[in-house]
Amino acid sequence: MKIWKLLLSLFLSLAVFYGLNTQFGTIPPLGKFLNPTIGFWQNELSEGNNNELQIEGLTDDVSVIYDDELIPHIFAQNDLDLYKTQGFVTAQNRLWQMEFQTHAAGGQLSEIVGADAIEYDREQRRKGMVFGAEKALETMEESPETMKAIEAYRDGINAYISSLQPSDFPVEYKLLDYAPEPWTLKKTALLLMYMTDMLAGGDSDFEYTNLLKKYGKETFDLLFPDFFEVQDPVIPQERDWSDWDVNIPAAPETYQATDLVADLMEKPHPDNGSNNWAVGPDKSYSGNPILANDPHLGLNLPSIWYVLQLHSPNQNVFGVSLPGAAGIVIGFNNNISWGVTNATRDVKDWYKIQFRDDSNSEYLYAGEWNKVEKRIEEIKIKGEDSYYDTVSYTHHGPISYDGSFGSDNERVGFAMKWTGHLGGNNQRSLMDLNKAQNYDEYVAALEHFAAPAQNFIFSSTDGDIALWVNGKFPNKWEEQGKFVLDGSNPEHDWQGFIPHEHNAHVKNPERGFVSSANQHPTDETYPYYVFNDGYETYRNRVINDFFRSKEQFDIQDFKDLHNNNYNLKAAELLPTMVEQMDKSSLNAQEILYLTEVRSWDFYNDIEKEGPTIWERWWIQVRNMVWDELAAEDFEVDYPMTYQTIHLLKNEPNLDFMDIQETPEKETAQDLFLLSFKKAVEELERIKSRNGDLTWGEYKGTYVGHLLQGLPAFSRFDLPIGGNSGIVNATSKNHGPSWRMIVEMSDPPTAFGIYPGGQSGNPGSKFYDNYIDRWAAGEYIGLEFMQSEEDLNNSLFIQNIKPQK
Amino acid sequence: MRKFALNFTLTILFAWLGSQFLPWWSIMLAALIVSAIVRLRKASTFIVPFLAIALLWIVQAWLLSSPNDFILANKISVLFGIGENAILLILITGIVGGIASGTAALLGNQLGAIFSSNDS
Repeated sequence: MKIWKLLLSLFLSLAVFYGLNTQFGTIPPLGKFLNPTIGFWQNELSEGNNNELQIEGLTDDVSVIYDDELIPHIFAQNDLDLYKTQGFVTAQNRLWQMEFQTHAAGGQLSEIVGADAIEYDREQRRKGMVFGAEKALETMEESPETMKAIEAYRDGINAYISSLQPSDFPVEYKLLDYAPEPWTLKKTALLLMYMTDMLAGGDSDFEYTNLLKKYGKETFDLLFPDFFEVQDPVIPQERDWSDWDVNIPAAPETYQATDLVADLMEKPHPDNGSNNWAVGPDKSYSGNPILANDPHLGLNLPSIWYVLQLHSPNQNVFGVSLPGAAGIVIGFNNNISWGVTNATRDVKDWYKIQFRDDSNSEYLYAGEWNKVEKRIEEIKIKGEDSYYDTVSYTHHGPISYDGSFGSDNERVGFAMKWTGHLGGNNQRSLMDLNKAQNYDEYVAALEHFAAPAQNFIFSSTDGDIALWVNGKFPNKWEEQGKFVLDGSNPEHDWQGFIPHEHNAHVKNPERGFVSSANQHPTDETYPYYVFNDGYETYRNRVINDFFRSKEQFDIQDFKDLHNNNYNLKAAELLPTMVEQMDKSSLNAQEILYLTEVRSWDFYNDIEKEGPTIWERWWIQVRNMVWDELAAEDFEVDYPMTYQTIHLLKNEPNLDFMDIQETPEKETAQDLFLLSFKKAVEELERIKSRNGDLTWGEYKGTYVGHLLQGLPAFSRFDLPIGGNSGIVNATSKNHGPSWRMIVEMSDPPTAFGIYPGGQSGNPGSKFYDNYIDRWAAGEYIGLEFMQSEEDLNNSLFIQNIKPQK
Repeated sequence: MRKFALNFTLTILFAWLGSQFLPWWSIMLAALIVSAIVRLRKASTFIVPFLAIALLWIVQAWLLSSPNDFILANKISVLFGIGENAILLILITGIVGGIASGTAALLGNQLGAIFSSNDS
């Protein structure tokens, strides 16, 4: 009897222990997770207490002063202590994110979330993300100073990690039941690859090749012209390039690749882009240059950016950093300010590879069989055995698509050539920029930067403004890499790079301002080959028109422009649609909608219904124009918005205007009516679902947690206007990830805001405390401290001493 | 009554001490040891240690969460599908701790029975 009771209670205890100590699906181990001494309750904490601590390897005392917004101002006695403390402080606030993003970059998500991420991880490996990180590390190794800095940064992160008890782990580790691993230099390189992939990882070579094959050159060029009719490039059109001595490689015979891949890897978000602008002394209310920047990225929590000030005897710099990389990425010091927008150039090309046999170990090149180098990729999976994938490398780069991934033909593969694999010392560019004092030092800093190519905007207390379209760009023959290339033909290889001094740039242009918004870098007169591979055509014109509209600008003008919701796209098409549409068949309800949208002022403000009506109407008309493309069984891109609108207005009888499934032959005018009627049906449905048709309600902007948008850790229904293609580029889950304005006074006056908060801890009041102000178009005054005594309101101070 | 109080107090004390250096299951260990020594009868064998640890965890969770305005507790309760309800989450925390210690106490009681029968 007793034995029986004993066994029963033993079994019961073991069952309860197992049940509470084990993760089931997405449910964390409840005993671990809920217990107050180690579990998530320990993360129920907002930062705010003074403390003293010691870090191994520091040479001097460091003090970190946190202001009211939890922005750390680090005061160190030398640069290595500075970077070490930056690593420590960043990890203190963003450790989980830092590790998660580098795992995502390197294709190691399965390690954390399990087998669901295998396909994603395979794509990352097949894109050569780790290969690119290794190349970057090799380049960084050539610069001992860079190495010392990122080693110090790494050591700072690891000092923080090793100070942690399981109870201190960020809550995401507890949810997924794992532990942080030590930081490495490779992780820093992977983080930089994460950005490179996000910003320079796009291309449409397969889609273009498919379209060219199906529709012929003439139609292709009509749909995808190298330059649009209207343009307002990054480098003003007045710029004269005629004094350059330029060699462009000769184009070989035309070639058309066959056996293309049917199912392509996921592309980066098409709206990844940015705005920046600066006015020179003549156009500034105070005579000081003023500069602004707002990079548009996916809206996530914790935010991609972390704000901080770095101060040592060698530098005093303030701005946003990427958690995982040393130094400041976008910011200012006492002499200069700088920012970036994506240069959006075609720097990723595809080469068709012919294998000798089914072993896929040799490929044809210049009439001979070259050996591939095979990399075995081990993808570790949480709770399961590893998955192994083999990626073959050619002299072009990794064969991303082959018989085991995407290609239907065992003997055909597609190799990627990408500037992301070239290596480059972006870290050095950033750290040099942080210390740069004038235009020449800014230009010198940019030379080390390879990818993702950026439009680096610049202003200085000297009164200079400038803009360099900067990165490593292949010097291509006409149309090289627009379509899939022949991997066996040496003439198809990249023949060299545009010399750095020939990267398009402008300093102190006559018009008194510089700006960029992911548009064409130059007009047709730039001597090197550049084609439109997804350039923006709307934000740039609104920005430039604004700066042409009056003589002088102040900080309020800059804020207004950041928050400008003017929809130029709608303004260029909507009046035509309204005017040309046959209105005789409209019913009463449709007339109401028409009246509403007609009276709209083209501003995508949250309380208006016009933008919602326009949006649905536009999407419908676009889909009707390109119904032929949607019906294709191969991968295609729709022509860009600008060109679609251009054709609707100027080529109303084009064959594409016809809707294939109807017997009639439609024209643009017919499409306006048909799409309007369809849009009204949709709008009625949306109205009954949302209660109204206001733009804010319809758009429903949200900032999602990095872990699959975990709703509990995300913020929804943010009241902010704008949309993609608008200067305030806030769409549903994408938009201005950091807004900064800097006036180059002495010392500089600066404002900034981002949709997040400094703390990565969902339990902190600093986790998302900027979001509401960001949505409202407000800014934080950035307190640029000149000395340690220079701050009135500090939240708390960390005094860090060398460990004895 | 004195036995109830003794078991209750000692379970809390041992659990709290154990939690300073052992993982979460220290509460099970504490309940097991205490209930083997201070043996209770019938339903109280489970209920007293259950209440002890439930109280300990509820108070601890409350003390951690209240000064921070229950920010994280509200989010985790959303995650657990019970809406923004920090108080309910604190109760659930207590119940989970209580179940763990209660079952361990049953085992402890049986182990105690073996020793006490050897003694007699």
